[in-house]
Amino acid sequence: MERKGLIIGHLFPDLLNLYGDKGNILSLQNRLLWRGYEAEIVCIEENDTIDFARFDIVYLGGGSDRAELLVLEKLRPYRDALHRYTEAGGVLLATCGGYEMLGTSLMLCGQSTEGLSLLDVRTEAGPNRLIGNVVAETVLDGSALDIVGFENHSGRTFLGDCKGFAKIVSGFGNNGEDGTCGAVYRNVLGTHLHGPLLPKNPALTDYLLQRALLRKYGEAELLPLDDKAEQEAHDYACKRFGKE
Amino acid sequence: MRIRLILGIWACKAGIMISRLLGKGGTSMPGKLAFAICPAILSLLSAQVKKDIIVVCGTNGKTTTNNLLAAFIRSCGHKVVCNDKGANMIWGVCCAFAEQASLWGKLSADFACLEVDEASAVKVLQHVKPKTMVMTNLFRDQLDRYGDIETTVDFLRRALSLSPDTRLLLNGDDPLVAAFGENTDRECLYMSVDEDTGLGVDDAKDGRFCSFCGAPLRYDYYHYSQLGNFSCTGCSFKRHEPDFKVSEVSLHDGLTFCLEYNEKKEPFAVSYRGFYNVYNIALSYAAALISMGEAPDYQAVLAAYKPQVGRMESFTIGSKDVILNMAKNPAGFNQAIATLLQDSREKDILIAVNDNESDGQDITWLWDVSFESLQNAGVKRLVVSGLRADELMLRLKYAGFAENTQIKCHELQQAVDAAAGGDAPVCYMLANYTAVFPIQKILKETEGQSHGA
Repeated sequence: MERKGLIIGHLFPDLLNLYGDKGNILSLQNRLLWRGYEAEIVCIEENDTIDFARFDIVYLGGGSDRAELLVLEKLRPYRDALHRYTEAGGVLLATCGGYEMLGTSLMLCGQSTEGLSLLDVRTEAGPNRLIGNVVAETVLDGSALDIVGFENHSGRTFLGDCKGFAKIVSGFGNNGEDGTCGAVYRNVLGTHLHGPLLPKNPALTDYLLQRALLRKYGEAELLPLDDKAEQEAHDYACKRFGKE
Repeated sequence: MRIRLILGIWACKAGIMISRLLGKGGTSMPGKLAFAICPAILSLLSAQVKKDIIVVCGTNGKTTTNNLLAAFIRSCGHKVVCNDKGANMIWGVCCAFAEQASLWGKLSADFACLEVDEASAVKVLQHVKPKTMVMTNLFRDQLDRYGDIETTVDFLRRALSLSPDTRLLLNGDDPLVAAFGENTDRECLYMSVDEDTGLGVDDAKDGRFCSFCGAPLRYDYYHYSQLGNFSCTGCSFKRHEPDFKVSEVSLHDGLTFCLEYNEKKEPFAVSYRGFYNVYNIALSYAAALISMGEAPDYQAVLAAYKPQVGRMESFTIGSKDVILNMAKNPAGFNQAIATLLQDSREKDILIAVNDNESDGQDITWLWDVSFESLQNAGVKRLVVSGLRADELMLRLKYAGFAENTQIKCHELQQAVDAAAGGDAPVCYMLANYTAVFPIQKILKETEGQSHGA
């Protein structure tokens, strides 16, 4: 790269393509480009070998059970490499089934299977799917922030030795019981909010970009952008789907 | 039983009349009422169909395929029961029969052409025993309501298990549909577009894996979404040799193609747009042929055919062509966009998306639509509308249309005025399910006024 920029690894977009996950990549990519950074997107296909050390941000989305099972088998041999990446502060965003895959165990095609154990969360089967719009609140770098998104999952995820990402305002979140939504550990962020989580939550995108830039360059300058469209979409969802 | 049937029919007919007087097209209430009075109403009426019952299932193209099929059969002088307004749950199917039955419970019909929602197929096939089921395609649609495609496939499998003698007419290009023809004793016929049309759009593929061994599919060529000449990389599953073979497809100046079957080859030419209509026309014609055993005068039928609400429906407002198309999932939207790209004129575009219950609440699929290709569409004015106008504006911003190049109107009336008021000679309006009907109403009124003036 000639200018400063980030390399974003998108894991198996061909297999995990159920819920508009591309939106997250578009958000990360454009918000770098609009600020004069470079953004290189590396799509990992089925038969590629993966070099996690070259990535600044890794994204893992969701798909059908069958596709997720295939992805999980492809990622198992890379478990240690991925672990080294995240322990060294590498940014990893996982949504929907990708989030469940990062835990210690999950349910796929009706069977419990071992996860990648990068997050201390476990996912059990639930009697029904938890579906709907979600509004949750979190604090990022000291600022309170509403997160909006959509969830559709049958797994119930329970937190072990890691923090929840956000607190549910409306919707189900991890399990519909404990009011938590997603999980964070170092720069790993997992959540059931699927597909285009980042476009409507630009502050979250910027948080991930900032973490990745800091790690790579020791500094992160993120100039403010004109976020009118982002903010209006965010506020509309907050207002309509949040609690009064 | 007979009294119940008669009362059920009366209730249904009265319900339909009241609902029409109230200006609603609703067939749900009268159907429910009829079922409550006579649970066997659908069995009793459908058993009176003299010849075949044909059921059309699939995510996209059901209404067009089914209505064309009914038109082909009617053109040969047969009486047909058809739920032509697209009311495709069991209540709508029931209403179509009750409406055509006499007050004394007699049905005079030679054929029935029924469009049936995949999730309702199990219920409908408990009462109705179709001779033929046509399957158009299976795309992801409203994942929040129906679950993923595997759930839809399961609905159809369960429905078909209730009717072991039903013959299948399958879109052989869709691996998810073609899979229904494997490991079965029933008669299966396949229709395929048997050439690389060069029109392939690299868009979201919903059926990337073999339904049998789970291995990825490979394609010699593909047409759109997962439709194409596929074969499995892990087992012997591959596209079946077609019984109805489409070739020489051209989208210049309407739609032309040839259909080959039984060593005959017939040319088709229609003024409708949209590559997907090749499947709708070929499948409906094939279904008419195998059901009647004779060929309809298809050119006359196709020329006279009026598309249903929002199926590339044309209006003239002032001197401007306005084309309204319903699109409610990534495959539908991508095909609509591919179709408007065939029009070289500069254009104004309206996109309207609602997230009402019958649309599905989850609109994240908008990020899987290739709106990026609108960059090459000669867009003069871009208007976004509907309940999720804000999300659309954001999506289009990330597709390269800066927000100051878009107009956002939550109200459909304002949005239609804004889009139709642009300078371009043509305006395309793409809207999902609950947005398309009010837009059509507005366009009809506006068209009426502009003619009256």
